[in-house]
Amino acid sequence: MSDLTRLTLKAALDGLQSKTFSSVELTQAHIDAVAQARALNAFVLETPEKALSMAADADARRAKGEAGPLTGAPLGVKDLFCTKGVRTTASSNILGNFVPEYESTVTSNLWRDGAVMLGKLNLDEFAMGSSNETSAFGPVVNPWRRNGSDAKLTPGGSSGGSAASVAADLCLGATATDTGGSIRQPAAFTGTVGVKPTYGRCSRWGVVAFASSLDQAGPIAKTVEDAAILLTSMAGHDAKDATSLDVATPDFASFVGKSVKGLRIGIPKEYRVDGMPAEIDALWEQGIAWLKDAGCEIVEVSLPHTKYALPAYYIVAPAEASSNLARYDGMRFGLRVEGGNLMETYENTRAKGFGEEVKRRILIGTYVLSAGYYDAYYLKALKVRRRIADDFDQAFQKVDALLTPTAPSAAFGLGENANDPVAMYLNDIFTVTVNLAGLPGMSLPAGVDANGLPLGLQLIGRTLDEGTLFSLGGALEKAADFRAKPAKWW
Amino acid sequence: MAIDAATVRKVARLARIAQPEERLEPLARELSGIMAWIEQLAEVNTEGVTPMTSAVSMPMPLRDDVVTDGGDASIILSNAPKSSGAFFVVPKVVE
Repeated sequence: MSDLTRLTLKAALDGLQSKTFSSVELTQAHIDAVAQARALNAFVLETPEKALSMAADADARRAKGEAGPLTGAPLGVKDLFCTKGVRTTASSNILGNFVPEYESTVTSNLWRDGAVMLGKLNLDEFAMGSSNETSAFGPVVNPWRRNGSDAKLTPGGSSGGSAASVAADLCLGATATDTGGSIRQPAAFTGTVGVKPTYGRCSRWGVVAFASSLDQAGPIAKTVEDAAILLTSMAGHDAKDATSLDVATPDFASFVGKSVKGLRIGIPKEYRVDGMPAEIDALWEQGIAWLKDAGCEIVEVSLPHTKYALPAYYIVAPAEASSNLARYDGMRFGLRVEGGNLMETYENTRAKGFGEEVKRRILIGTYVLSAGYYDAYYLKALKVRRRIADDFDQAFQKVDALLTPTAPSAAFGLGENANDPVAMYLNDIFTVTVNLAGLPGMSLPAGVDANGLPLGLQLIGRTLDEGTLFSLGGALEKAADFRAKPAKWW
Repeated sequence: MAIDAATVRKVARLARIAQPEERLEPLARELSGIMAWIEQLAEVNTEGVTPMTSAVSMPMPLRDDVVTDGGDASIILSNAPKSSGAFFVVPKVVE
C-alpha cells in the first residue's frame, strides 16, 4: 500500500499545498488502491479516467494559485448522489443504467471546492438497510475481521461502501446519507468518523430520495477534522431544495481542538438497553470519563419516548418511501418490463426492478397510508415523532450535547440478521431518534471489542450546533487516541 | 392487526408491484410481524399532540414564478426506455 493513501484528508491537503506531491500522484495512488480492493465490493463504478483528469485540472489550478479548500483531494461518492454523465443507480436494478443529466448540489459543492471523484460507492438499495446486503450489486465486505477469523463481516449500512472505502484507505473521505443511521452505524462498524448534520444543512437536491423528511447528506472521514473540512464544503443553502436552511455555513474545522471545558453533557438513561454487550456499556462509561477529564459536566437526562422511535420510524420512512418511489414506473427512465397493458407494465417493472426489502417497505408504506389506516398508523406516528422531538427539546434545556453508543453491537457477520427484518431494524435504535428530531449527530471510533472490532460513540447536538459536536468529537478523539487499522487481506 | 393474503394482494395492487400468488402468504406473515412490533405505538399518549410534519420549523420558501430551465427535450429523453422524436413512448392508455 502506498503511503499516500494512509494520509488523512488534512495531511494530504497540506502535502498538496507544500508541493510534496501532486494531485495526479495522490489520485493515482488511490486509483491503484481501489483496483486492488475489489474483494471489498465497495465501489459500484470506478471512474479512474475522470479522476485523473480532475486531478490534472486541480494541479493546474493550484499552480496558478487558484486552489480551493479541497483542490486535488480524491473522494468517493455514495451512488445515491446524482453525478452528471456518470451512471447513478442507488444500487437498484430499477435505475439500471441511469445516467443523470445533472449534478447533485452536494457533489457540485465538492467539485467547486476542487475535490476529485474516484467513483461511485455501493449502498443498500435506495439506502434501505443496515448491512449493505440489500444492494443489487451484492454486499460490501467490511475491511475489518474478527481476530483470528476470516468470516466476512458487514460494514453496516446503508453507507457501507462509503465507510469501507474510507476505512480501507481507498479514498480520503466519502459522501454518505443518513435517514435512520446510515452514516453513523457504518462509521461505527468500520472505525471511521461519520456526521449526520442538522436536517436542512445539506441540500437534498439531486440525491435519490428515500424518506424526504429524514434524509440528510453528510461525510464519512478518517478523522473528526477531516469530517469538518468535508461538511464545510458539502453544506450550504440551496434554493432548489425547499427544506434547505438559509443559514451561513461556519468553518467547522475551526471548532476542532477548541476547549470543551464547562460544557454540560447529557447521558440518556433510556439508551441502556437489555442485551447490549458489556463492552459497549464500558466504552460509554469510558467516554463519559474522557469528557469529565476534559472539563465537561455530566448530567443524567431522560428521553422517555426513545423505545418508540424505531416503530414510529418504520411507519414514517416507508410511508414517505412508498410515495417517493412511485416515480419508478418504467416510463421516463430506468427499467421497463413490458406487460399486456399499462397496469401490467407498471407492475412487472416494479416487481422486477425493486429488491425484496424495498418492496417490503413500499408495501408497509402503502398499507399505513391506505384508506382506513392513515389515522391509526401514519398520523399516530407523526404525533409520536413530535413527542420524541419534545424529549430532546427538554433535554437540551439542561445540557449542550448528548453522549450515547452509536450502535448496539459491533459489526456482525454477513447473513447473520438477514432473515429477521425487525432484528435488522434494531441496529438503528440509538441513531434513528436523531433523524426523527432533525438534529445533528456524529459517530467516532473510541475503542475495539474483544474480537478487535471497532466500536463507536455518538454525540448528539442541538439544531444547527454541529460546531459543539466537532469540539467534543475532537476532545474524544484525542482522549481515545484510536489508531487501530484493519489488517490488509484484500 | 394481522395482515392476511387478501390485504397483501390489495396493497400490492395499490403499490403497482406484481406479486405471485405463492408470495402472498409469506409476505402476509412478514408484514404482520413488522406491524405487530409497530403496534406498541398505541401505548404512547398522544392526546392533544400536534403531528410533526416537518423536521425543521420554517415557513415554506417561495420563489419567483419564472421559467428557470427547459427547452431541451433531448436531455429529458436521454434516459427514456422508449422514445420517438421529442416524445416518450408509453403503452396505450385509452382504449
